[in-house]
Amino acid sequence: MKKLLLLSAFLGLTAAAPASAAGEPIKIGALLAVTGPASFLGAPEARTLALLVEQQNAKGGIDGHPIQLLVKDTGGSPEKAVSFAKQLIDEEQVFAIIGPATSGETMQVKAIAEGGRTILISCAAAELIVNPVAPHVFNVAPKDRYAAEMIFQRMKKMGIRKIGLLSSNTGFGKAGKEQVEKAAPAAGVQIVANEVYDKAATDLTAEVTKLKAAGVEAIVNWSIEPAQAIVIKNARQIGLRVPIFQSSGFANIQYARTAGAAAEGVMFPASRIVVADALPAKHPQKPVVSGYKQAYEAKYKEDVSTFGGHAWDAFQILARAVKEAGLDRAKARAAIENMKGYVGTAGVFNYSPADHNGLTIDAFAMLTVKGGKFVILPE
Amino acid sequence: MSLELVLQYLVAGLTYGTIYAVVGVGFNIIYNATGIINFAQGEFVMLGGMTAVTLHGLVPLPLAIAGAVLVTMAVGALIEVSFIRWLRKPSVLRMVVITIGISIVLREGALALWGESVRALPYFTGDEVTSISFAGVHVSPQVLWSLGTCLAIVGFLRIFFQHTSMGRQMRACAANRDAAALCGVPTRNLVTLSFVLSAGIGALAGCVTSPITYTSYGIGSGLAIKGFTVAILGGLGNGTAAVAAGFLVGVLEAASVSLLPAAYKDAVSVALLLTILFFRPSGIFGSGEVERLRAH
Amino acid sequence: MLRSRQARIALFGAAIVLVQLGTRAGGKPFFLTQLTMSAYYTLVAVGLSVLMGYAGQLSLGHAAFFAIGGYASGWLTTNDLSPLRASALVAALDRAHLLVARPDLYGGETLTVHPWAAFAVAVALAFAVAWAIGIPVLKLKGHYLAMATLGFGTIVYSIVLGTARFGAADGLSSVPPLPLPAGLSVSGERADRVSNYYVAWGLVALAMLLLANLVESRVGRALRAIHGAEDAAGSMGVDVARFKLKTFVLSAVLAAVGGSFLTHFNGGIGPGEAAVMKSVRYVAIVAVGGMGSLWGTVATSLALNFLSLRGYFGTLDDAVFGGVLLAVMLFSPDGILRVDVRGLVRALAARARDPRKPEEPA
Repeated sequence: MKKLLLLSAFLGLTAAAPASAAGEPIKIGALLAVTGPASFLGAPEARTLALLVEQQNAKGGIDGHPIQLLVKDTGGSPEKAVSFAKQLIDEEQVFAIIGPATSGETMQVKAIAEGGRTILISCAAAELIVNPVAPHVFNVAPKDRYAAEMIFQRMKKMGIRKIGLLSSNTGFGKAGKEQVEKAAPAAGVQIVANEVYDKAATDLTAEVTKLKAAGVEAIVNWSIEPAQAIVIKNARQIGLRVPIFQSSGFANIQYARTAGAAAEGVMFPASRIVVADALPAKHPQKPVVSGYKQAYEAKYKEDVSTFGGHAWDAFQILARAVKEAGLDRAKARAAIENMKGYVGTAGVFNYSPADHNGLTIDAFAMLTVKGGKFVILPE
Repeated sequence: MSLELVLQYLVAGLTYGTIYAVVGVGFNIIYNATGIINFAQGEFVMLGGMTAVTLHGLVPLPLAIAGAVLVTMAVGALIEVSFIRWLRKPSVLRMVVITIGISIVLREGALALWGESVRALPYFTGDEVTSISFAGVHVSPQVLWSLGTCLAIVGFLRIFFQHTSMGRQMRACAANRDAAALCGVPTRNLVTLSFVLSAGIGALAGCVTSPITYTSYGIGSGLAIKGFTVAILGGLGNGTAAVAAGFLVGVLEAASVSLLPAAYKDAVSVALLLTILFFRPSGIFGSGEVERLRAH
Repeated sequence: MLRSRQARIALFGAAIVLVQLGTRAGGKPFFLTQLTMSAYYTLVAVGLSVLMGYAGQLSLGHAAFFAIGGYASGWLTTNDLSPLRASALVAALDRAHLLVARPDLYGGETLTVHPWAAFAVAVALAFAVAWAIGIPVLKLKGHYLAMATLGFGTIVYSIVLGTARFGAADGLSSVPPLPLPAGLSVSGERADRVSNYYVAWGLVALAMLLLANLVESRVGRALRAIHGAEDAAGSMGVDVARFKLKTFVLSAVLAAVGGSFLTHFNGGIGPGEAAVMKSVRYVAIVAVGGMGSLWGTVATSLALNFLSLRGYFGTLDDAVFGGVLLAVMLFSPDGILRVDVRGLVRALAARARDPRKPEEPA
């Protein structure tokens, strides 16, 4: 299937709907870093979209409108994102764009989407994407600020006052680093060591040694790359046994698995999608997250991540708006802006003209690793 | 800074250094036999690690590693036979560009085959949190495994080049290709052998370091730049010096982290390289081409 | 010779116009966006082509000069100086009309360097850096030269990626347009699509004129000699080092101009523009077009960049550049437009007869 997806992305489009579907087709563009350094984000997102479009078209599309999905692989580079955004908007005249996966690319195309009056639902988390609000630009990833706040709440409970902050040199790492730095003084926490490492780092012994020398009481690491598994291993190996907090980027069971015994006890805020099985049956997100998890894992034979979940939410929000407003762009945009109570993989969305993110701190739950599995951290 | 910390940084440096050293040595083997700098050297390390992880799903670890080394050696041979062997007196510029092309093709092939996800072999001894400590310094046993493997590779190469007929033929070939050919040395096949050997040790390094560093399709080009840095620092063609240079670069990077923002770690070793290139292009250890003859 | 050169430039101008009319007639005016972007990358490629073909110098770090131009323009025109209004330097710059005030998104006002002043700084910076590193780098040969240029590229990449002021991994966005006479500007506005196309390809034509003059001059003939036989050229009294340096600096400046203009056109720039893979892509373009073949390089750069920017290569983008580079260097190192078919067939035939025996001992 992966090959099929690659092939279809290569051709620039995936198959149109079955001929049986009636109604005017709806063209949806996707700007995703399927390859390159941000493929950890873009690739599961592209796979999720392919899955959704297939599912939806089998049901006759959105409200009888067959979906035509155009996935453009930006490779994570802004200049391609710009070129593709113009292409999707001016030429293909897509109804809406899902993505980009990274904050950097989203910031580059924000003005283009706004100028072209095309709905853009970004899968990246940076605050700048929706603040200041551009009428056509939304995002579906919970803000990094919430993640940082949640970590500091936990630290307060544990009496931690001196931390070491590590982050990778990607947009994800950078945004998290800024939020942690911003929230630390209010939480009464001092950042005594603050290091940025390369996203492709293969060993971080020197970095954690620097943290150890600074006498940190806890480590906060912000990245999405394998480096986040390396950090915890290296810290334990040099005998640094302080609590370790990770970002929402850790919510990919693959990293807990590769870090093995070192991952035990790592705490991180994440959306509930990664603990779908452990959610109580009554939890409002239970049906959504289990449904997505089952469908994705059955099709691709790999674990779901929060990032694929963002694409799921973006698509469902769009589908809901189309069902409500039909193929009228202005009305669909307004429908998203006024959408309340959409239960997605990341949380419950309540958009408003002033809030194009729609999520609250409740989107996150504090999780930990126990016996090689993600579980909800008891209060 | 306490002595304990200095030693801990030193250990970090050795961990980086080991892999740089092995890639640097791999560069030198091919350089000595052909005068080519093989920019795809880092991809051998990647292929070794990825293949071993795949095989480990089917067979026990030692067999998986052996299999991965053999597969990568075959790839090395294939590369030489299909891309290098039949070129007539290629210019340096052309060869540099060709090996860069090979490296990109291997990388993108690995992406198509294995996807973007990251893999790792299990720790050979103990697990992710095991560490051996002495005098307050902690070392993962896997670091000792890779250090040991690196030294074993160097030792093996030394014996191979000094004491076997094939090794001596390769040195003759490095010293003077035409003269060696006139004396009946099958120079062509020795060039293939140099690729096989270089691919094999790269793959072995990729397997041994995989539990520490993890493996994914894109790790090759970064390693190639580091390995190339190391090979030049040691003096192109000088295998033993490349090992020393590898450790030097590793320790230097670790030391730079203790003083500078870690974000510029990569720039530090490259800046050192440029300085050396501008002032002492034959490397810090040797007198350039002369070393090629005394290699290993 | 002179007449044919002028004729070629005129032909080139006609082709530029024809392409634009073609996109209009064909109902594909959108193509102009990617054609414009391709033009700015072509500025890097043509400079590199002369450097590689005539001076025989490989550079694996030319993306760095493009990034220097882009980041200098982008950063200076977005970095708000209004908090520093009181300082003597900012006040003096303001009095010299080198600064402009613009309303920002939050209703306030930002004070930034005028785009043209920023452009001047970008070009001067590329010039100075190329000069400073060119002197020691161009003394190196072969692998050492390749590694030195690669190292330079790596350093610039880690600086733009590691520096928070340059937006680190996010890069710079919200870069204002570069104003031109007659109410035009270098910007991504839909209304400016046609004028931007002409500006971009006009710049390429200008660069071609400059490079064609260089190539056909005494200097150019000397450059060709260098590629063939550096020692011989030197012994005939040609100041080889000086010519190499001149070409290197000129190609760096052209790259910086491209970077600066594209950053204004896109409204931003990311660190990927400085990455080693970008430099390799420029080398691939030159290799396919033929080192030193200006027209071949322009044609290849246009084709490959246009297809890549339109996303036709999909997830295989890097693979296409790598594969093309490999294939061309193996089978036709002089470029695809000068492919030696007969030689190729002979080589393959010889190999098929006896795969173990090379055609000729190397």
